[in-house]
Amino acid sequence: MRRSILFILFITAAMTTFLLLPLHARHARQRIAGNDRQHNAQLQNLHVTDLCLATEARYTRHPAMADRHAPFQEHPLALEHFPSGSLVMPNMTERNKR
Amino acid sequence: MKRSLERHLNILEFTLASLLRRRGKNLSLLAMYLLVVFILASLLFFVAALKREAAIILNDAPDMIVQRLMAGRQDLVPVRYAAEIAQIRGVAAVRPRYWGYYYDTLNGANYTIMASDDPALPPESAAIGSGVAKARNLKVGDLLPLTSYNRAPVMLEIHSIFSSSADLIAADTILMPPADFQKLFNFPNSQATDLAVSVRNPQELPTVAAKIASQYPDSRPILKREIQRTYQSIFDWRGGMTLMVLTSALLSFIIFAWDKGTGLSAEERKEIGILKSIGWETSDVLLLKFWEGIVISLTAFLLGVVLAYGHVFFLSAPLFAQALKGWSVLYPSFQLVPVVDLYQITVLFFLTVVPYTAATIIPCWRAATIDPDTAMRY
Amino acid sequence: MIELSAITKSFNSGKPNQFTAVDNVTLVVNPQQITVLKGPSGSGKTSLLALIGCMARPTSGRIFLRGVAAAVPFQQEGMESVEITSLPERFLNDIRRSTFGFIFQQFNLVKGITVLENVMLPAYPTGERRSDFRVRALALLEQFSLSRHAGQRIELLSGGELQRVAIARALINNPSIIIADEPTAHLDSKLSQEFMAIVGRLKGEGKSVLIASHDPIVFDSPLIDRIVEMRDGSVVNSRSCR
Ligand SMILES: Nc1ncnc2c1ncn2[C@@H]1O[C@H](COP(=O)(O)OP(=O)(O)O)[C@@H](O)[C@H]1O
Ligand SMILES: [Mg+2]
Repeated sequence: MRRSILFILFITAAMTTFLLLPLHARHARQRIAGNDRQHNAQLQNLHVTDLCLATEARYTRHPAMADRHAPFQEHPLALEHFPSGSLVMPNMTERNKR
Repeated sequence: MKRSLERHLNILEFTLASLLRRRGKNLSLLAMYLLVVFILASLLFFVAALKREAAIILNDAPDMIVQRLMAGRQDLVPVRYAAEIAQIRGVAAVRPRYWGYYYDTLNGANYTIMASDDPALPPESAAIGSGVAKARNLKVGDLLPLTSYNRAPVMLEIHSIFSSSADLIAADTILMPPADFQKLFNFPNSQATDLAVSVRNPQELPTVAAKIASQYPDSRPILKREIQRTYQSIFDWRGGMTLMVLTSALLSFIIFAWDKGTGLSAEERKEIGILKSIGWETSDVLLLKFWEGIVISLTAFLLGVVLAYGHVFFLSAPLFAQALKGWSVLYPSFQLVPVVDLYQITVLFFLTVVPYTAATIIPCWRAATIDPDTAMRY
Repeated sequence: MIELSAITKSFNSGKPNQFTAVDNVTLVVNPQQITVLKGPSGSGKTSLLALIGCMARPTSGRIFLRGVAAAVPFQQEGMESVEITSLPERFLNDIRRSTFGFIFQQFNLVKGITVLENVMLPAYPTGERRSDFRVRALALLEQFSLSRHAGQRIELLSGGELQRVAIARALINNPSIIIADEPTAHLDSKLSQEFMAIVGRLKGEGKSVLIASHDPIVFDSPLIDRIVEMRDGSVVNSRSCR
């Protein structure tokens, strides 16, 4: 077969896969909507305020709850928990700003 | 119509033949391009998915958290504040929260300990996140030994383990009844970690917060909006990870677009001259260059985005997990729910495919517009 | 038949370094004949060929294509000739592609791609089906005993083979006129003789051939019909050899 036809077939296949991604995402979301996650009453009652992304320090585990200066209080020898500490930063509250 | 299709196919044919003769160079170019798109698209998918998770979780978050400050640091809140705040007009409910951290000397992990007055949780038992279960190798019914404030052992029976689909909320969490919480930390009876306040009308939130702040000068109200802002700034394109990856990727992209733009070699120029002299028009040459740019950039874009989707949503983004994980001992093995932000993908398309194709065509413009007779004199 | 009437080509007109490469040339090139432009280097042969081959426009004068006009798609009714100097670019290109085949001094083949691909190159942008002109290209390679090199890259060919590839390429679009600029400059005498033999064959197939050369093997060849001698851009002598 001609190379150009092969290439066009390849690009069409890639394009189709690419266009199917949003559909797959929608489908996956619908499937998960009925999952136990949302229905775990025990967890819902906790009223959590933060995502569990990086657990090494309290200002990365609960950035919304931590002080601005929390990074400096974590550990006498560690100023910073790199790299998560540089990616996740504590909240800037109204009070903190003043 | 038919002829013009044939013309495209023919010129594409020559484009492929001509790309294949510098196989090594063009394949490495494609690989490099693919990598840039892959990393950028992975990042977009990863951040969009986390953003969605954060939005869902923060939906259930309390309207306001009231903390107490002591000597500039967060301190425990007297429980009596709760009853008093409940009296403020517009406040619907106040709930003291009891939570803290526990450093596990066995494996160096930090757990989040929370007290839960859920009657389903019997005394001296715990519900744990799947991260904790994995780190301590625990099953339901096992005993979890913890060391209390005075080194006395506290034994909790594992009542339940959260499914790993809840990892993004509670991978590192240990839930226990308030009595065990108190025993573990010698937590003062009349105090709480902070207060979760809910209001009747979200519009009144700032007013209520101002009232609390003036009534208790040592308090710090954190509004839901501020919590949401924290997460917005973490996942913002100007923030931390995103900016880092974005700049490095764009920089490398600019470097090789530049290389492309300036590097029209004498040989390429001569080749264009030959094509012109044997009857190719300027538009044919530009079409050739257009295809040359499209073959590389569209392939890289489509493959890069599709691979990134697999990387983030099927393999749980091992590349970024490392960066986010840092030195954490526990790390949520979260399965992200797929989200595709079409707007961002479109922007990525215009940031990668368009400039590269332009960088391929534009330098050839001058070479392609030479008179065909000039080519006769090579 | 090609008819040139008072053709002048000046480079850099209006500037101090203005140079007239072709000076007031009036000439008739007969169909199905071999015409040789003879003259020393710099006498304007290449410039004149470029004008005839629709590659460049003259500064003044007119060029008519007669008889060959049938190959032109937009041919107006009742006209058996076209005046090419006033045509828009697009039509000029169409004429160039369908009417002329070019053979260059340096062969001008594209490196890195196969012999077959090189031969087919002029047909790519015409919009013809690839399978159609591929058949023609293979037939041409066969005709010039290049079949076994079809899949080879051109770097591996000898000078004589390169020359034949260049000729095959000039013929791919079935032109009625072949234009060759110093075709034997890079060939030894044996290969030059061979080239002239091929040119004789083309003439036998009804093609018109126009060669610029100062090689005696070319202009002393018994095959040629007409010699046009040039000097400093002007035609100094034009005679039939028959
Ligand atoms: N683009 C150009 N600009 C200026 N002078 C040119 C250009 N092309 C050709 N010439 C000059 O025109 C003259 C005739 O050149 P050419 O037609 O190539 O002669 P020939 O092919 O007989 O050797 C030469 O002196 C050459 O320098
Ligand atoms: Mg010359």
